[in-house]
Amino acid sequence: MNNDKLILGGQEFNSRFILGSGKYSLNLIEAAVRDAGAEIITLAVRRANTKEQENILDYIPKGVTLLPNTSGARTAEEAVRIARLAREIGCGNFVKIEIMRDTKYLLPDNNETVKATEILAKEGFVVLPYMYPDLYAARDLINAGAAAVMPLAAPIGSNKGLATREFIQILVDEIDLPVIVDAGIGRPSQACEAMEMGAAAIMANTALATAGDLPLMASAFKNAVEAGRKAYLSGLGRVLSRGASASDPLTGFLRD
Amino acid sequence: MVKINGEELNVTGKTAEQFLLENGYDIKRVAVELNGDILPKVQYECTILQDGDSVEIVSFVGGG
Repeated sequence: MNNDKLILGGQEFNSRFILGSGKYSLNLIEAAVRDAGAEIITLAVRRANTKEQENILDYIPKGVTLLPNTSGARTAEEAVRIARLAREIGCGNFVKIEIMRDTKYLLPDNNETVKATEILAKEGFVVLPYMYPDLYAARDLINAGAAAVMPLAAPIGSNKGLATREFIQILVDEIDLPVIVDAGIGRPSQACEAMEMGAAAIMANTALATAGDLPLMASAFKNAVEAGRKAYLSGLGRVLSRGASASDPLTGFLRD
Repeated sequence: MVKINGEELNVTGKTAEQFLLENGYDIKRVAVELNGDILPKVQYECTILQDGDSVEIVSFVGGG
């Protein structure tokens, strides 16, 4: 287990839980990172506030890798623009591509995402594309230079869990890059299940932001992701198609 | 007039650095785009804002 690292863009991570930073107080970020054991945190890029406004970077513990997203982008071109700006702020070259034309369901546009991935990978970004779990798109993303694929489990912020389970399993089975399940994971048990299926990591934000006790939920997710990973590495026990199989010896009964 | 983050401001003739500092931006934690192109931090000092320029100043916020 000690050698079980998540590798993204040549960088090694021990944690397989990527933490979002949206929709909760900046004051909770440090505890969330700590209790989640997170080594990667996502951020968004927006027009800057001036003066006394607090800056989120003051709240993120040192050593945590920043993963800016391109939220707000509707096209590949807009995503590329946001990614370049994010890198110019000067906190590394990781980027999570997020391109949505649909504002009701917030579904990612896989075609535009492939285009943006190709451009940004060539510019030296470590590109983690948020995607609809489609095998062809995932293959195109590999060819475009993605460092991982990030299929959605369910619509963003829905906490509905692994609605796309079968299709994520296909990606896990067929794609050589890390498959990071992103969006829609609402409970630790769902994160655990995705990890048991062979996902390389889980990304969650709303599940924590809308929980009663955010740091406690962060800790629950940490344990769930680790449990699922261990289960996957160990190889799950088989399932009987019918009948039963005793766990106890079938000899030496006290009845004859 | 210079359009900064969507707002027309009367700051023509100032350098980008002057504008950022006078308005309390944290230079280390922003990125600046001038007329659609990234303005590298080393150029803030020598870039004079011209009439009709369009500037975007961005920073990180919480997100998923």
